[in-house]
Amino acid sequence: MTEYIIRRLLQSSLVLVAMSVLVFAGVYAIGNPIELLVNPMADDAERARVIANLGLDKPLWEQYLTFFKGALTGDLGKSFVFNVPAVGLILQKLPATIELALCAMVIAILFGIPLGLWAGLKPDSIAGKTIMAGSILGFSLPTFWVGLLLIMLFSVQLGWLPSNGRGDTVNVLGFEVSFLTADGLSHLFMPALNLALFKLSLIIRLTRAGTREALLQDYVKFARAKGLRASRVVGVHVLKNIMIPIVTVIGLEFGSVIAFAIVTESIFAWPGTGKLLIDSITSLDRPVIVAYLMIIVTLFIVINLVVDILYSVLDPRVRLGQGAGQGAH
Amino acid sequence: MRPVLEVSGLSTHFFTRAGVVKAVEDVSFALNAGEILGLVGESGSGKSMTGYSIMGLIDPPGKVVAGSIRLKGEELIGYDEARWQKIRGNRIAMIFQDPMMTLNPVLRIDTQMLEAVLAHHDVPREEALRRSREAMVKVGIPSPDERLLAYPHQFSGGMRQRVAIAIALLNKPDVIIADEPTTALDVTIQGQILFEMQKLCRESGTALIWITHDLSVIAGLADKVAVMYAGRIVETGTVDEVLDCSRHPYTRGLMCSVPACNPRGQPLKQIPGMTPSLLSLGAECAFRERCARATAQCDTMPAIGQDAHAVRCHHPLGAPT
Repeated sequence: MTEYIIRRLLQSSLVLVAMSVLVFAGVYAIGNPIELLVNPMADDAERARVIANLGLDKPLWEQYLTFFKGALTGDLGKSFVFNVPAVGLILQKLPATIELALCAMVIAILFGIPLGLWAGLKPDSIAGKTIMAGSILGFSLPTFWVGLLLIMLFSVQLGWLPSNGRGDTVNVLGFEVSFLTADGLSHLFMPALNLALFKLSLIIRLTRAGTREALLQDYVKFARAKGLRASRVVGVHVLKNIMIPIVTVIGLEFGSVIAFAIVTESIFAWPGTGKLLIDSITSLDRPVIVAYLMIIVTLFIVINLVVDILYSVLDPRVRLGQGAGQGAH
Repeated sequence: MRPVLEVSGLSTHFFTRAGVVKAVEDVSFALNAGEILGLVGESGSGKSMTGYSIMGLIDPPGKVVAGSIRLKGEELIGYDEARWQKIRGNRIAMIFQDPMMTLNPVLRIDTQMLEAVLAHHDVPREEALRRSREAMVKVGIPSPDERLLAYPHQFSGGMRQRVAIAIALLNKPDVIIADEPTTALDVTIQGQILFEMQKLCRESGTALIWITHDLSVIAGLADKVAVMYAGRIVETGTVDEVLDCSRHPYTRGLMCSVPACNPRGQPLKQIPGMTPSLLSLGAECAFRERCARATAQCDTMPAIGQDAHAVRCHHPLGAPT
């Protein structure tokens, strides 16, 4: 297990290096930040001074090496615009995004799994069909449109919920969080619901499909033949089997919820990293873009590792670190 | 002696979009304590559905539409789910065909055994564990303490089937229904399991219904045989009567298609034609189209007699003419 985790971490660092090269080259290709950063009235000497100051006079490979050396010590460069470390800028915004993403996932899981189970157990009932129809809507309606509709309904028409910002926050372990204050919760509810909608539908469909498949398996019939109560057959025999694919998807989706909360954050003016990224792209603030992507990649790697470890907990046939071909199937 | 299990006139139909599938039709038999009944038939002849009907495990669109199932005199038809749960696994247990599929792959063996005890008996965990260990020893699983902590994938196919049998034995049921439990196993393991099942039934007085399509298994194991064709029992009697002096043309055909009964080099004697679709069963004898002895009389379904060796045929073989 330890050996497995160490090997995974080594592989992950290779992924990080490859990713940093790609991102660096990609960002370099999308325009010259000098045009935005230097006062158009400035003379050539002033211009050259700024370029040299930002290190943009050097060739790309040299810029990358400087970045790489810095990255090894945890320094991903300074923001061109704010002139503060990019990592600090992102970490300052990250708690808001993570809070939003976590709330969205909690909503998706708490409602998705029971609804999916219900739809899977009673596929022909009215409730089951309604759940499935609803999940198709959740899948296909674009996030920004649903977000706008939520604002229209709850903020403009009914005036129940505020349409933007985080509201009052409380400091917990050094992080500002909204969900512990009534005002914060009222600010959090709509963006979290908006972000959760797609994942909710996904989990519903996945749970339903898994349930339908598991119900046909002999082990379910055998469990019933043992005289077990339906609640135990579903709650233990079925649920534990279908959790394996669901955990994978939840893990992967959690990463993407954090990385792509951009649309929701923009609509509800949620002061998270998504909004920071959009601002940085418009001002061609290269270090922030690169640092953001590096942090997101790291996040994905960590989440994937956690999912793999969870697998071995859920599925006894998976034994980490013994190579392939150990499974029963 | 009063039979442990009496099934009479059992009919199970499936109401599908394509029509009513009469999977089990007018099936009757009785079983005494410690007795082994072999239920023989081709795939789709309704033998497994008969087993599921006795377990109360017929799911919609299927339904037991007629008949009675009496367990020690207690009528089971009409029971609701809660009462069936008290019967299943406790007084009637079932073993399935594929041992690779019947144990839940993500639950440990002890979990799967304990829950079977605790579902029916309000005993402490240690007592349930003791019974589980005892059942595992009974079916010949070495070092049960260690094996209880293992997961199904750590067992071979034969061992898994033993675990399934141990689970079936846990609550000392009156009847065990075994649905082709040795089909998926190799011959040596099959032999061991047959031998042990036979021994366990004799010792404990458990009645056994052994569902199979393998006549050689039946010959060595069962006391009584019921041959099913297209949802109905067509011939029933003791093993010797049915296998050695088959009277129904279908049973005779089955016996002749066993390769060992044919001289080497000769083409196997097959039964011509195919099993009829259970959707389109009419009033005539279901075997009529494939039967060399069929006459105009076979337009009506023959009744099955009440004798010990009964046959559902207008023109049984070996009949005094």
